[in-house]
Amino acid sequence: MPAIDLDRIAELARIELTPDSAAAFRADLQRVLALVDRLQAVDTTGVAPMSHPLDLPQRLREDVVTEADQRDALLALAPTAENGLYLVPQVIE
Amino acid sequence: MNRTDWETVIGLEIHAQLTTRSKIFSGASTAFGAEPNRQACAIDVALPGTLPVLNRGAVERAIRLGLAIEAEIAERSVFARKNYFYPDLPKGYQISQYELPVVKNGAITVQVGEGEAAYEKTVRITRAHLEEDAGKSLHEDFHGMTGIDLNRAGTPLLEIVSEPDMRSAEEAVAYARALHTLVRWIGVCDGNMQEGSFRIDANVSVRPKGETRLGTRREIKNLNSFRFLQQAIDYEVRWQIETLEEGGTVQQATVLFDPERGETRVMRTKEDAHDYRYFPDPDLLPLVIDRAWIEEVRSNLPELPQALRRRLVEAHGLTPYDANLLTASKELADYYLAAVAAAGQALAKPCANWILGELAAKLNRSGIEIGESPVLPAHIAALVRRVQDGTISHAGAKKVFEALWTGEGQDVDAIIEAQGLEQVSDESALESLVDAAIAANPKSVEEFRAGKEKALNALVGQVMKASRGAANPQRVTELLRRKLTG
Repeated sequence: MPAIDLDRIAELARIELTPDSAAAFRADLQRVLALVDRLQAVDTTGVAPMSHPLDLPQRLREDVVTEADQRDALLALAPTAENGLYLVPQVIE
Repeated sequence: MNRTDWETVIGLEIHAQLTTRSKIFSGASTAFGAEPNRQACAIDVALPGTLPVLNRGAVERAIRLGLAIEAEIAERSVFARKNYFYPDLPKGYQISQYELPVVKNGAITVQVGEGEAAYEKTVRITRAHLEEDAGKSLHEDFHGMTGIDLNRAGTPLLEIVSEPDMRSAEEAVAYARALHTLVRWIGVCDGNMQEGSFRIDANVSVRPKGETRLGTRREIKNLNSFRFLQQAIDYEVRWQIETLEEGGTVQQATVLFDPERGETRVMRTKEDAHDYRYFPDPDLLPLVIDRAWIEEVRSNLPELPQALRRRLVEAHGLTPYDANLLTASKELADYYLAAVAAAGQALAKPCANWILGELAAKLNRSGIEIGESPVLPAHIAALVRRVQDGTISHAGAKKVFEALWTGEGQDVDAIIEAQGLEQVSDESALESLVDAAIAANPKSVEEFRAGKEKALNALVGQVMKASRGAANPQRVTELLRRKLTG
């Protein structure tokens, strides 16, 4: 069984783990990995990789503007907005 | 230790914003300059329950570019989620293409350098894939918060990835310029670099000459002018060589170029590189492109710059350098072709000279685009023809050009008439002037008869002077020669 870097996974998913939930997550992830191991064991020689369960091509839309301006309605859903902008906690990378 | 000779290795990733009216996965407008968030619909702001639907126009532009770089168009390509958290990417992932891009294995041949030192260089293009752009973060102070404008979120991009085939900043700039010309030429991208429609990332590494393995690269992000591309690479190469020669090592990193200081600085190192966890987007089915569509797109492609360049050299007799200049944009090439169509192909060379000389200088000085030039292709053609048939001298033609440029006149023949620029070519009118010159300059006559060709020029000069520049020098020369040798 490969080691699980739970802190790294939580960081990537932006999830904060308490010590209690960490144990439960670790057990869950171990079961997921076990399932993946079973899948990996299947011989897939000659099988084309599947990217979607439906065997259909993507439908395309014509290049036409169909969306009206709904800014005010959408901004009203945000916790904070001002001057037509969504406001979020400051991020400087 | 001997001083090592270093080789520079550069690959470019270029993001070209596509010229669709609507976004890649939604029906919101892509027009530039709208008020914040007026063009960000429920799909663009990632409201739960919304689904992306792919824009046919974005795919069509990817096919156009693919055909223009002689690449393979994938019969089946797949959209993937590139996962990372940043507030200008409200879904928490960018829809992109990963393992199966829509375009792969293309190439473009570019001219590098000028004059004697000019050479051709082929740069291979690994792939070009479709993806959506992110929104914009505004870091001005909003009570300690960051403002988010999602108008740009979901704008279609084509990311064009080259092989590490370039060996100098000059080659990288030549390639980037050629691609910039090409995307505008075929109408897939407006190429506006100030507005961010054409953004360049440069992967740069160095290695000792003769080494076949690549050195450790650093990626310079988001260069938005060719000048910055050149400066950033020059700085980066110098820095990497100095670091290695001093016994240091180059760490893989993403760097930013600071134009004010003219240097690059590290944004993040390999240790804190993103882990994007790509996987096929379950919201989108595979993109299938059939042959008929590809052939339809191919049939609508204009003659490409490279092919036109070859034609201008082979059929029009231009130098590769002039042909390269004339194909810098479709507008300029169309202007030239219209002038030659009116003047006749035999006069292609003088047409090119007027356009690249007098006209280009005027346009440059006044900051006018070729499309708004007051001097039209038909004017250039008429001008060139009147020089050719001897009606006006080159000096006279410059005066006509000036009158056309200022709008003083609209018709070449009318300007020649109004300004009295017509040369005297009529033999009977010239004959008396020629006879007078012969009579007044026995010494020159004697010298010419003794075999001194140059003496003839002095006589021509006398006639020109006597006619106040109105005589056709070619006719005068013929007449003098006939009279003195006959």
